Amino acid sequence: MTDVAAGTPSTVPSSETLPRSSMLDLLNRFIMELREAGLPVSLTENLDAMEAVTHIPIEDREAFKYALAATLVKNQSHWRAFEIVFEVFFSLRGAEYSIGGDADDGSLADDIPEDAQFNQGEGERGGGGGGSSLTPEQIAEMLFQALLKGDNAMMRAIARQSVRRYAGMEPGRPVGGTYYLYRTLRNLDLDNVLERLLEATRGQAPEPLTKLEERLERDEFENRIDQLKKEIEAEIRRHLVADRGVEAMAKTLRKPLPEDVDFMHASRDEMMSLRKAIYPLTRKLAVRLARKRRHGRKGPLDFRNTVRHSLSYGGVPAEPKFKYPRPSKPEIMVIADISGSVASFARFTLHLVYAISSQFSKVRSFVFIDGLDEVTSYFEGVEDIADAVHRVNTEADVVWVDGHSDYGHAFSVFWEKFGKEIGPKTAIMILGDARNNYHASQSWIVKEMQRRARKVFWLNPEPRSYWDTGDSIVGEYATYCDGTFEVRNLRQLEAFVENLV
Amino acid sequence: MAYRFEDIPSVRDSLGKVDYLADEGIAGVVYLADRLAKPILVEGPAGTGKTQLAKSVAEMIGARLIRLQCYEGLDESKALYEWNYKKQLLRIQAERGSETSWSDVEEDLFSEEFLLTRPLLEAIRAKDPVVLLIDEVDRVEIETEALLLEVLSDYQVSIPELGTVTATQIPLVFLTSNNTRELSEALKRRCLYLHVDYPDLEREKRIVLNKVPGITDNLADQVARIVRSIRNLELKKAPSVSETIDWAKTLLLLNVEHVDAQIATDTVNILLKYKSDITKATKEFSTNSGTFEKKA
Repeated sequence: MTDVAAGTPSTVPSSETLPRSSMLDLLNRFIMELREAGLPVSLTENLDAMEAVTHIPIEDREAFKYALAATLVKNQSHWRAFEIVFEVFFSLRGAEYSIGGDADDGSLADDIPEDAQFNQGEGERGGGGGGSSLTPEQIAEMLFQALLKGDNAMMRAIARQSVRRYAGMEPGRPVGGTYYLYRTLRNLDLDNVLERLLEATRGQAPEPLTKLEERLERDEFENRIDQLKKEIEAEIRRHLVADRGVEAMAKTLRKPLPEDVDFMHASRDEMMSLRKAIYPLTRKLAVRLARKRRHGRKGPLDFRNTVRHSLSYGGVPAEPKFKYPRPSKPEIMVIADISGSVASFARFTLHLVYAISSQFSKVRSFVFIDGLDEVTSYFEGVEDIADAVHRVNTEADVVWVDGHSDYGHAFSVFWEKFGKEIGPKTAIMILGDARNNYHASQSWIVKEMQRRARKVFWLNPEPRSYWDTGDSIVGEYATYCDGTFEVRNLRQLEAFVENLV
Repeated sequence: MAYRFEDIPSVRDSLGKVDYLADEGIAGVVYLADRLAKPILVEGPAGTGKTQLAKSVAEMIGARLIRLQCYEGLDESKALYEWNYKKQLLRIQAERGSETSWSDVEEDLFSEEFLLTRPLLEAIRAKDPVVLLIDEVDRVEIETEALLLEVLSDYQVSIPELGTVTATQIPLVFLTSNNTRELSEALKRRCLYLHVDYPDLEREKRIVLNKVPGITDNLADQVARIVRSIRNLELKKAPSVSETIDWAKTLLLLNVEHVDAQIATDTVNILLKYKSDITKATKEFSTNSGTFEKKA
C-alpha cells in the first residue's frame, strides 16, 4: 500500500500536473475507503463519480467535493463520514505540513500586514527553528482581534500558527488527533477569550446592550470560536496525514455510521447525533405504521366504490374495490430496565415508547430497577419528549432495596399489580440486559405472561456473545419469550420495529 | 448534445438573477445534472426552498415547469398516461352499424388521439424545453417508485399498445423528498443527491434582503441572527426560510427598526408554530447565556 501512496502527488490533484490514470487511481482508493467506512457505494455510483469529476475544473476544491458528494453520498447521515474521508484524501498536502519541519508559505505575513514584529519573525522561522518569535501574548492578542472582526483568513493563519506552537506534534507518535487538539485549545484558553470579546463589544456599544443583543453577540462569537476549533482540527489532521499517510489516517478516523453506533458505548457526541436520528426514525415509523394498516389486508367489499369504478369499464364491475380494514387495536406493554448498566439504551427505548404510544391506542409503559413503576401517564399529552424522559428518570419509584437490577422482584411486582390486565391482545416488550445480580429469576412469571399475552418479546442491548455470561440469565427468560432480539444500534432497532408491524 | 450551462459560477449567477441565492453545492449539482443528464434528488427539512429550486431553474433557462405532485395511492394512470376510455366508448358506438372491421377500430382506439398524457409522459414528449418536478416523492409507496425508474434512467416511457416513447430532449428533472421514509436504492442510484439545509447566516441575510424589498441591511442582519439562534435550540420544528421571510415582512409592516426582546416575543408566533417551541424561544430571548453551553 505504501508504494502506491508514494506514487501519488502530495498536493491537491490538478488536471495539468496529474495524468488521468493516477487521478482515477486516487479516486478508486478514495471510494474503497468510503466502502470501508460503511457507505454503500455501488458500481454505477462509482462510474458516475468518475464521470462527474471530468466536468469539474479540478483546481476548484469545493466543486470537486460537491461533485463527489452528489454522486456518492445518498444519505445525509453519511455526510460526516464522507467529509472526513474527503479531508484526509484531498486536503492540501505538502512539505510544509510535515511534522518537525516548518517551512511556511508566507501567507501568514500577508494576512497580517500591520503586525510588523511578526514579519520580522518570518525570516528566522525559515531556518527551521521551532515556531516564530511571537510571544504567546501576541498570539492571544491576534486571536482576539481576529475573532472580534470575524476575519476568516486571519483565523486560519492563527489556527496554523497555534497548532505549530502548542500542539507539540512529534513524527510517528502514536497518539490521536484529539490529544493534540486538547493541547492546542488548552493553551488558547478560548472560554476566557469569549468573555473578553463580550466585554469589548459592551465597551464599544454607544448605549448599553439589551439582553437580546448581548445574547446575539454571544451566539455570533461562539459561532466564530467553533469555526476556529474546526480550523485547528483540520490543521492537525493535515499534519497527521502528512506524517502517517492517507490510508492509515483514514483508518484511525473511521467511525461507525450513526445507524451502527452501539447504544451502550456511544460517546456524548454520538449520543447527540443519535438523539437527533431517533426523531426521523419515529416519524418514519409512524408513516410506515399508518401505511401498513391501510394497505396490508383488504377489508370487505366496498359496493359503492366498485360501482363507481365499473363506469371505467362500461358498467362491468371488473375491478372490485374493498373497504379499508378496521384498524386492530393492539395493546402494547413495555417493561424497561432503566438501571445504570443499560441507562443509555433505556433512554432510547423511552423515546421509542413515546413514538409508539402516539400510534397505538393503548400503550402502557413500565420502568424498573429492582422495584417497578408505571410511567404511562408521563407520556400522555406531553409535547416535549425530553421532559417526559427526565421525569421518568427522576420521579418514577423504581428502587426497592439497593438500586441494583433485580428482574425477579420487578417481575413479581408487575405480576401482582398488573398481571390481571394482560389480555389476549396484549403484546409485551421487555427491554433489558437480564443481568440479575444473582437474584432469583422468577421466570415462571414470564411463562405466565406468555400464556396470557399475544406475544412476549425481549430486546437485549448486549451483543449476543455476552448473553448468559456472568449474571446474565437472558437464556432462562428466553425459553418463555416469542422472540429475543439483539438491539444494539438504530439499524437493529429499525429492523425489529419493521418485523413488529 | 449542447449543454445548458457554461460552468458553475454562471449557474450561480443566473440563479441569482431569478432571485434564488444558491450556494456552491446547489449550483454545482445543478451544473452536474445537466452535464451528466441525471435527475437531482433534493432532500432537506421543510421550507428550505427545495421546490423553489426547481421553479427557479425553470425560470432561469426559460423552460416550462411540469409538476407531478406525489401522494399516497398515486398510480400510473395519474403519473404516466391513461387511455381516454370515454372517448373510446364513443368511438366504438359511432362505428356501430358501419362496415369497418374490428381490427381497424382497435388500431384506431389505441392511437395517440385517445391517449391522455400525464406529467411524466408529457415531459418526455415535450418539444419545448421543460423542467420536470416530481414533488415529495417520499409520499408514494415503495412499489410505485418503480414507475419512475424507466423515466429517470432512460428518459422513455413504454406503452404496450403504442411502443416506447423516447425523449426528444433530455429534460432537467428534480425530485424532492422530505425524508419521511428511506427511498429505494434503485431510485437513489439513478439520481444525483443534493441535501439542502438551512442557509448560513450570510446567505439567509441576503435572501431576506432579496425577498423583502425595503428592508434595511441592519434589520435583515438582526433577523438572520435571531433566526439562527432560534434554530440552535432544540425545537419540534425549526423556523423555515419562508417563515423567516414572513417574519421580516411583518417587522417591516410594523415599522420596526430594531428588534428587541419584547418585539421578538410578540411576533415569534410567525416563526414557530408549536406552543412548547414558542415558550422555549421566549424564555431564551430574555436570557443571555449562549446556546452552545446549553447544548453541551
